[in-house]
Amino acid sequence: MVDAVSPDRPLAVELRGVCKWYDEFQALKDIDLQVRQGERTVVCGPSGSGKSTMIRCINRLEEHHGGEIRINGESVELYEARPHLIRQRVGMVFQQFNLFSHMTVVENCCLGPIKALKLGRAEARERAMHYLEKVRIPEQADKYPSQLSGGQQQRVAIARALCMSPQIMLFDEPTSALDPEMIQEVLEAMIALAEDGMTMICVTHEMGFARTVADSVVFMDRGEIVEQAPPSEFFTAPRSERTRAFLDKIL
Amino acid sequence: MSAGRPGQRARWRPGAVDWLLLVGLAVFAGYVYYQLRHVLVYRWDWQSVLQFFAYRDEAGEWQQNLLLAGLEATLRIAIFSAILSLVLGLVLALMRVSSRLWPRMVARTYVELVRNTPPLVFLFIFYFFISAQLFPVLGIDRVIAALAESDSALVLWLLGDPRLVENLVVGILCLSCFEAAYVSEVLRAGIESVGKDQREGALAVGLTGTQTMWHVVLPQAVRIVIPALVGQLITLVKDTSIMSIISIQELAFSAQEVAVSTDRVFEVWILVALIYFVICYALSALSRRLELRRAVGR
Ligand SMILES: Nc1ncnc2c1ncn2[C@@H]1O[C@H](COP(=O)(O)OP(=O)(O)OP(=O)(O)O)[C@@H](O)[C@H]1O
Ligand SMILES: [Mg+2]
Repeated sequence: MVDAVSPDRPLAVELRGVCKWYDEFQALKDIDLQVRQGERTVVCGPSGSGKSTMIRCINRLEEHHGGEIRINGESVELYEARPHLIRQRVGMVFQQFNLFSHMTVVENCCLGPIKALKLGRAEARERAMHYLEKVRIPEQADKYPSQLSGGQQQRVAIARALCMSPQIMLFDEPTSALDPEMIQEVLEAMIALAEDGMTMICVTHEMGFARTVADSVVFMDRGEIVEQAPPSEFFTAPRSERTRAFLDKIL
Repeated sequence: MSAGRPGQRARWRPGAVDWLLLVGLAVFAGYVYYQLRHVLVYRWDWQSVLQFFAYRDEAGEWQQNLLLAGLEATLRIAIFSAILSLVLGLVLALMRVSSRLWPRMVARTYVELVRNTPPLVFLFIFYFFISAQLFPVLGIDRVIAALAESDSALVLWLLGDPRLVENLVVGILCLSCFEAAYVSEVLRAGIESVGKDQREGALAVGLTGTQTMWHVVLPQAVRIVIPALVGQLITLVKDTSIMSIISIQELAFSAQEVAVSTDRVFEVWILVALIYFVICYALSALSRRLELRRAVGR
């Protein structure tokens, strides 16, 4: 079981009044979100509600147009010209894995540490093998991504992100592209990560995962955060009508 | 991929139409042979042409002659231009996918200009511009003069006959500038066909934009377009023959001289065609092997 996080921990991620537009369309409306160090936040909501957009703004794959985003107390504006410095500390796992198809598993894991962190080859490989063991696929290290199952690929993607020793991990529907029988192995890797005290923001509709791991569940709809509550409250006594309608649909 | 499994070729069974075509072809070949043999009464004389490749001097030593020297120049031009046009093409392609406007515009303008003028016209403009104007301005003519005078074995090995160095360098530069436009289009297509997921995956592990391009996008792009690049290389080899028009002394230029001085037009051009064919066919065979290897490796 994962321990709760005390409220006096410093903030890892803080969004204040964040807005974002795609041309005329406002994808994020006045988003406020606080995630403390070591805290696990699950984000859910209907398709197109802006979940991906929000977490992609956090690691600067998207730019926001209003409000403020702070990571470990520092405004991301400070890194406008060097967003890679943020991404070196904020890891991300994608729905479609996004593994480099021309590299083996271990090369996938080593690229960031070697090029971005300037680690030596041997050290990077050692680190890669360490995290591949953590996600329990060290034996696949020299295969290409296309030779692995979806679940294995996603675990490699998690290991690849961890190789950068990130302080915060973002997950964008990591199990949505997987066959049902592979979902569990990926969730287990994520639960293990949570138990190690990683700060996590997970977009997911795996409500079992949310119940056992999350400190806080966020419900988004039409670019807004409609409701945020600890899972015990969120699932038993949702305050908003929209949340209730959504939970009825997916549970 | 729809390619058949290796070792299991589709059997070809000729049908009625195939037989008809075959018979037609045979009749036509027979007719041409008859015409050449009995009507045209063309007296083949390969010997006098072959000596323009190499001949024995009085001392009994083999000496290279015009055609062989031309072939050597063609190979030099092709190899150096291939390298240079790849580099220039890469620069142009990177400019074209840049997020800034002006490199995109400059590269686009250049590529469109080159692609929409006949090679011959482009070549004339470029030739007079490059060798008459640009070389003195950039001081390249002095570099070439220095190269021509240098007696270093490496320079000699790379560039051949010192008296023709300027001629060769001009040819290489003209052809490279021309082919680079096409190479850049091939590379750009490759870069654009690499998915956004690959780019974002690289950015997400903390690489910079440049590192992402260099370590993730380009390696995959090049793999995708290797067949097209080899195709462009073959075109480049054939395009070296256009250089004869600006008096670059490569194979087609020498062939013209030999054809004029010996009057053995058929023999000369058939031999020369055969040489181009062998080079280009070898390249495309190589490309097919590469593709096959790739298909198996996947
Ligand atoms: N690049 C883009 N250009 C224009 N509109 C976009 C772009 N990306 C997202 N949007 C729009 O922004 C809205 C939010 O998209 P987002 O991907 O964040 O939703 P989501 O909550 O992650 O949905 P899903 O569950 O389907 O992944 C959607 O309406 C989408 O159409
Ligand atoms: Mg999404």
